[in-house]
Amino acid sequence: MVTKRIIPCLDVRNGRVVKGKNFEGLKDVSSPTELAAYYSDSGADELVFYDITASSEGRKLFTDVLRETASKVFIPLTVGGGINTTDDFERVLKCGADKVSVNSGAIANPMLIKAAAEKYGSQCVVISADIKRVDGVYRVFSKGGRINTGMEGIEWIKKCVDLGAGEVVVNSIDTDGVKKGFDLEMLKAVCAAVDVPVIASGGAGQINDFVSLFEECPDVDAGLAASVFHYGKIGIPELKKVLKENNIAVRL
Amino acid sequence: MITVIDYGVGNLFSLESSFSYIGEKVKVTGDPEEISKAEKLVLPGVGAFRDAAEKLKNSGIDEIVKEKAGKGVPIMGICLGMQLLFDKSSEFGNYRGLGLIKGSVEPIKEVIGTKLKIPHIGWNALKFPRGKHPVFRYINEGDYVYFVHSYYAKAAKKENVIATTEYGTEITAAAADKNVMGCQFHPEKSGKVGLEILKGFCEWEGEK
Repeated sequence: MVTKRIIPCLDVRNGRVVKGKNFEGLKDVSSPTELAAYYSDSGADELVFYDITASSEGRKLFTDVLRETASKVFIPLTVGGGINTTDDFERVLKCGADKVSVNSGAIANPMLIKAAAEKYGSQCVVISADIKRVDGVYRVFSKGGRINTGMEGIEWIKKCVDLGAGEVVVNSIDTDGVKKGFDLEMLKAVCAAVDVPVIASGGAGQINDFVSLFEECPDVDAGLAASVFHYGKIGIPELKKVLKENNIAVRL
Repeated sequence: MITVIDYGVGNLFSLESSFSYIGEKVKVTGDPEEISKAEKLVLPGVGAFRDAAEKLKNSGIDEIVKEKAGKGVPIMGICLGMQLLFDKSSEFGNYRGLGLIKGSVEPIKEVIGTKLKIPHIGWNALKFPRGKHPVFRYINEGDYVYFVHSYYAKAAKKENVIATTEYGTEITAAAADKNVMGCQFHPEKSGKVGLEILKGFCEWEGEK
């Protein structure tokens, strides 16, 4: 059985991790490489580096830390943030990324997905969608959740998969930051619509939220979270132990 | 010293780094002369079988790899590189591989139930149907490794299957014939277990 994946997401600005707790044994809490190694040793199945830099100097710092991380941490690395062209794919893949996640870049130019999938393979192209209910309808938001594109969420994800996206990250703006659990309703709707792996994001507040996620949405492949891991609210070894006790397949 | 064959398929940064990380000297090269001098070869690869097979052929590297295999040099194929060790693939038509392990590369979807997702992505456990192959000396049955693939290698001879994984059915996770072996999963992305497999390969002299 392929196991359910637990994926911490690190926000990186100018080559440094934006926020986080001082974990034991960690010399530099803002070092993406140190944190990545820490998470990998704790049992993270994959890591997401999200580049929130705006400047080109920051981009350079980002690829530097990505390269350093990929030379020391040997689990799959996904990179997102500022991916607008196939050159951006090339830039991060060369530095050791395994998958590249696109969001606003795909909204501005959906053919980016097709071009990247043809060049690098679908397994490399992840569509990340920020979705929020507006008058009871799932709407896709761009630019970090600020702009309502007016597109319907499930249709958009289906279109991206048809264009070649090999994995979907569903980030529910409605549950993000609330810490009351993942958006199970939205995730079920996405799982029913596509047959590629689906990664749940937004809403994890405690270990039981992951248990409910995989029990109630058995087609969800992975749970992604940031702050609950960074602030030490949830430790990955304990999370996996509880998942296993609940008969959810995990890598221990 | 490990020689990783660079024939323009996929990104070799992690693979190169993983050998360096375990303290092994590694050279990434597409130069036929360098490859023909190699002590141990790694054939990587991601993407489509046809493109990769053509690139190997056009560069003349296919013949060098076969020659090295014949001389008993240990060879490890990874992911698509493992599939290329087999006779042929039905991916987008019928294409010939290197023929170093008997069998063919087939779509997973024909052997697993329709409920499972394609590609098979993620961490899955290894089983050793015929005991532990020397390359796996530092790991255990049940250890998890990272897979990403839509096709699998169907070995003609059962004894060539040295590891399997369960995804709807038993699929080949690793195969070997004498000094040639291949992993369907990515050891360079399989954490500590993966590094131990690479270490096992570095120490492997190949079977006679």
